[in-house]
Amino acid sequence: MADTTETPGIAVQSGMSNDLLERLRRSSEYVVIPLLALVFSGVLFSVFLFALGKSPAEFFSHVWRGGFGTSFSWQNTLVRAAPLIFTALCVAIPARLGLVIIGGEGALVLGGFASAAIAIPMIGWMPGLPMLAIMAFAGMVAGAIWIGCVGALRHYRGVNETIASLLMFYIAVSILNFFVEGALRDPSDPNKPSTKPIGSENMIGVIPGTDVHWGLLVGVLLCGVLYLVMNRTTFGFAAQIAGGNLRAAQAQGLPVGRLMVVSCAIAGACAGLAGFFEVAAIHGKANASLIAGYGFTGILVSFLARHNPLVIVPVAIFLGGIAASGGLVQRRMDLPDATVLVLQGLLFLVILVSETFYGRLSIFKSKGAAQ
Amino acid sequence: MSDDAGLMTVLLAMFAGAIRVSTPFLFVSLGEMLTEKSGRINLGLEGTLVFGAMSGYAISYHTGSPWFGVLVAGICGSCFGALHGYLCKLPKVNDIAIGIVLMLFGTGLAFFFGKAYIQPSAPRLPAISFGAWSDHPGIRQALEINPLFLLGIVLAIFLWWALRNTRYGLIIRTTGDSAPAALALGINVDRVRLLSTMAGGFFAGIGGSFLSLYYPGSWTEGLSSGQGLMAVALVIFARWNPLYCFWAALLFGAAGALGPALQSIGISRGYHFFNAAPYILTLLIMIASTSPRRSLKGAPGELSITK
Repeated sequence: MADTTETPGIAVQSGMSNDLLERLRRSSEYVVIPLLALVFSGVLFSVFLFALGKSPAEFFSHVWRGGFGTSFSWQNTLVRAAPLIFTALCVAIPARLGLVIIGGEGALVLGGFASAAIAIPMIGWMPGLPMLAIMAFAGMVAGAIWIGCVGALRHYRGVNETIASLLMFYIAVSILNFFVEGALRDPSDPNKPSTKPIGSENMIGVIPGTDVHWGLLVGVLLCGVLYLVMNRTTFGFAAQIAGGNLRAAQAQGLPVGRLMVVSCAIAGACAGLAGFFEVAAIHGKANASLIAGYGFTGILVSFLARHNPLVIVPVAIFLGGIAASGGLVQRRMDLPDATVLVLQGLLFLVILVSETFYGRLSIFKSKGAAQ
Repeated sequence: MSDDAGLMTVLLAMFAGAIRVSTPFLFVSLGEMLTEKSGRINLGLEGTLVFGAMSGYAISYHTGSPWFGVLVAGICGSCFGALHGYLCKLPKVNDIAIGIVLMLFGTGLAFFFGKAYIQPSAPRLPAISFGAWSDHPGIRQALEINPLFLLGIVLAIFLWWALRNTRYGLIIRTTGDSAPAALALGINVDRVRLLSTMAGGFFAGIGGSFLSLYYPGSWTEGLSSGQGLMAVALVIFARWNPLYCFWAALLFGAAGALGPALQSIGISRGYHFFNAAPYILTLLIMIASTSPRRSLKGAPGELSITK
């Protein structure tokens, strides 16, 4: 994030072209306000810790060491960032149409389950790579159908997508439990009800030289592709118009219903892919461990990134780092694991409230003084 | 014969469940209804509910008085309501998004402070027995009614009366139906919404304290199963009418009792789906009761989810 803070400074120094200066000043608003919000929520959280008699400085140094301090903690952070990238995309794509989808966790759970379930009959005779491709496809289809339904319900029945997607999360969990504790339960595992393991030889490996699985790279590439789709294609343009003014989009003859369903399906496919990578790279089977809250943290990632796919990557790494440091904070400072939830909630709250400052601070509008 | 007995057991269990499980639904839906009547939606009542459950339990443990716990849970709830009501009046701040945050934030805070109260047991709310006339143990058990349930009924009737017949009711309804009209009447729209959201939060906090202080009757992190969210759908189903909220809450309570009731007579196939019955019911109700073309009957005109 270091380069972004310098933007206003560069603007002052160069100052050659008025046009460039103007553009930089306007875009610097989208960098400075979130950064200030970040700092402010850090201050609020410090006050919270201070009131409890804990040292904020110690907390942030643990977060730094546990999340970003060593190569080991970096890898831990990146492993957590991968599913966050996918689940954040599940929020960001429908957000272009003005839809608030918060049930990405459900699509993740079902996507993970579908990819594990389709693998079971293939174990043993199917070579690894085609099997993984089929698994990934199954996970994406399951997620796409799940969230696509939410989009369809919104368009054809006027059902509020926020509530519907969250209700469908609970239904997705019951579907997972039904199969994992019933028909597809692996009888040889007495501990935790799970599907049969897909086999370690079929699992996705790590990026050479690291402990981070390929999901991270796929997520970064997907962010790039979806950025291009949403910003450089007619589909993305139409989605943006529909999100800005639904009536105008309809008057233009844009297929609003199809845009909604397709965007939601793309979003669901992203979350389903997160489930696939959790199964194929981390757990090796589908069980209740899939419900780890990545879907809900993904909402925060997307809002923090202002639903911009390119910004999602650094934000996901940032929040993945905070999550990765949770264990260290818990052990060293005797704080409950929910501390991370409080920090995330506070951050989310401040970021949303900071929306109110866009376009209202004269510093970004007046000519001459950029920052 | 045994089939009949089994059916009776299930029906009785669902009746008992309707009375026992419906109270949090009733309080949260009344709170949500009041907030929505003033023109805003608070999706954060789920977080308020969980925090109310934790704070009520903690206070009951420390003071020994469960009723004091209920009161504090309500006060905590109205604090969350005040936060929501205050933040949403800022320009460009979306009430749905703030609701989602308060849901996550309230739950996070409850888990943070609640760690210490998972083990200890706190005094619980007493029940009043209405079943002394019956010899049937099942009926007797079903009629062990918590005072909060009765309070909820009184509250529903009071809100129904007050929204129709009092000056304050008219002010809230006007604010919810048309902010410009309310403004023209000299009503402070933001203040009405702030107070309505605070009152709504108070009710939701009480609903949460019922969970930890009566049924299931202890504080755990998995205590709430989305009641606060289902209440939002329940209010739509009840057409923003407090009396219908009561019947809808009973229906949701009965649906929630379906899974355990069937299991108690030995039907465990599809147990997970019966457990999901309230969510499926909510979704079906929303699909059946909304329409993309016309706004809903009884819906406040300013409400963002039905516009």
